[in-house]
Amino acid sequence: MNIHEYQAKELFTQYGVATPKGQAADSAAEALEAAKALGTNDLVVKAQVHAGGRGKGTFKNGFQGGVHLADSPEKAQELASQMIGQVLVTHQTGEEGKLVRKVLIAESVDIAEEYYFAILMDRATERPSIIASSEGGVDIEEVAASHPEKIFKEAVHPALGLQQFQARKLASQLGFKGAQIRAASKLFMAMYELFISCDCSMVEVNPLVLTKDGDVLALDAKFNFDDNALYRHPAIAAMRDPEEEDPREVEASKFDLNYIGLDGNIGCMVNGAGLAMSTMDIIKHSGGDPANFLDVGGGASEDQVKEAFRILCGDPKVEAILVNIFGGIMQCDVIAQGIINAAKTVDLNIPLIVRLEGTNVEQGRALLNESGLALITAEDLGDAARKAVEAVNNAA
Amino acid sequence: MAVLVDKNTRLLVQGITGKSGSFHTQQCMEYGTNVVAGVTPGRGGESFEGKVPVFDTVKEARDKTECNATMIFVPPAFAADSILEAIDAGIELVVAITEGIPVMDMMRVKAAACHSNSVLIGPNCPGIITPGACKIGIMPGYIHKPGKIGVISRSGTLTYEAVWQLSSHGHGQSTCIGIGGDPIHGMTHQQAAQLFTEDPDTEAFILIGEIGGTEEEEAAAWIKDNCDKPVAAFIAGATAPPGRRMGHAGAIISGGKGTAEAKKEALQDAGIAVSESPSDMGATLLKHMGA
Repeated sequence: MNIHEYQAKELFTQYGVATPKGQAADSAAEALEAAKALGTNDLVVKAQVHAGGRGKGTFKNGFQGGVHLADSPEKAQELASQMIGQVLVTHQTGEEGKLVRKVLIAESVDIAEEYYFAILMDRATERPSIIASSEGGVDIEEVAASHPEKIFKEAVHPALGLQQFQARKLASQLGFKGAQIRAASKLFMAMYELFISCDCSMVEVNPLVLTKDGDVLALDAKFNFDDNALYRHPAIAAMRDPEEEDPREVEASKFDLNYIGLDGNIGCMVNGAGLAMSTMDIIKHSGGDPANFLDVGGGASEDQVKEAFRILCGDPKVEAILVNIFGGIMQCDVIAQGIINAAKTVDLNIPLIVRLEGTNVEQGRALLNESGLALITAEDLGDAARKAVEAVNNAA
Repeated sequence: MAVLVDKNTRLLVQGITGKSGSFHTQQCMEYGTNVVAGVTPGRGGESFEGKVPVFDTVKEARDKTECNATMIFVPPAFAADSILEAIDAGIELVVAITEGIPVMDMMRVKAAACHSNSVLIGPNCPGIITPGACKIGIMPGYIHKPGKIGVISRSGTLTYEAVWQLSSHGHGQSTCIGIGGDPIHGMTHQQAAQLFTEDPDTEAFILIGEIGGTEEEEAAAWIKDNCDKPVAAFIAGATAPPGRRMGHAGAIISGGKGTAEAKKEALQDAGIAVSESPSDMGATLLKHMGA
């Protein structure tokens, strides 16, 4: 799950991570109020979308750039009016761009130096790892390749957490001096506390800056949260912005289905992530194109199967549906009943290919046979993929 | 005749009275697994299906029944605690089936497990089975048959797929280990490969990986230096878009790392036969064995 910059700022403030003051606004009038409340004429107005490259983006109304400096609250208001309600296209949004619903009004700061600072859960060492660099505001992968000596890493003990000395060591390695070392290490400690407390899988501060006044501030951050842990963070779960996500995925998530939209025309319903990925692979291998990744999960109910089926049928791109189930914890008769229930409520006018195997397979097959549904049965995974690709090609 | 589990395994089930827990305990018992105890806090003194005593704590179950393996079906919010409880009681083999445990919880569990004598399999896994002897987990028993081929996999249903292909070709399995799809989990591909390499009754094995992480590469490097048995592999997710988590929390290509291509290359470099299609996993191994 991703969050907006203004929400990241809220988390910073809550955990004591130093960051410039700012507030979100969803109208030009609110932008004016927010700007006045900051009590300064050094302002920045930033479009709030889940995509990078905002500064260099272009609005579809021709307005250039999703990040602008303003020298008065009135100027901030005018800039906000050009952005809110407009569609911003950046190198990360694709051609269709993203609708800007909110802007962030923040104090602008005079930057002396930029740095890179990230904390991530490192699966290789099975502990949090901090990665920092004196080369900020650039592609960190590039720095790692060209100047590995400018990348500093610190592994954190799972039980001890980040120690003061580690934070000071990082600050010193990044080149902070005197009182800045204390300010930087304080920020690192607060950032680690945020990372652990909020069950983040990654926090990337980009950029971390030293201002000309000598302050160390986190300007913006990219957060990734562990979806498995959202149940214990209702406030963070509430930061989710469904408008920023694929509507098919939003719909699927309401029913706890693992769905990822893709661009092909063969809709897939599979149990198990590995088998779902492999089903995508084998469709491609057989010359077809999957419309989605959909894992109905371990213990899906009839209702979940029904909803999954409804989502697939509701996607105009889908020209055939491939159901591939190898029942373990998932029972084939449950899947079969879900399909039958769904077929009663949606008008199924595209080919449906079904391959069932595993727990309660006989009951599942019997249910499908007795249902009178027009479906194509498949012997195995390879057969199912071939038949699905064939069905789409015949229809074309 | 197999690795980790056999006829002598005495199984405890944590979360035995839950919906999934009770269904799959029943299935394991029907398969012939010796289920000796269950644990559900607050339900001590009851009996599961009139056959299996239920205890409040793992320690009590261990003391009274000498269980030496546990299967965990506890919901994700409480599962880490259950794994730690099993480790504390000294259970030799801990198989965590639960899907959806927060990664921070697993980080702490893993740090504790390293200093114990327990072997952890999972979480988010189908379990482990030695066909004809002992089934611990949610895999459908009937697809397996006893034999000499080992199976290691990060994915549940994909394991069944491989097993089905082997059984359909008339080749049984020594043991099948589902190591799980989470980023931080117990037994690794490499550790499982080591067990099969050392097991005199395993002639060859299949390694099923997926995108994300570097475990497959590490296993490949180990196999290259230490294993003379024929090995086949399949990597799921060759067509997955980068940056999207493919169901398993562990299956994600990030920062250009963990791609199917890099894994296949490492495996091939180790002399492992890599199957391009998931429908050819069994056939690829059998061809490689000259069977």
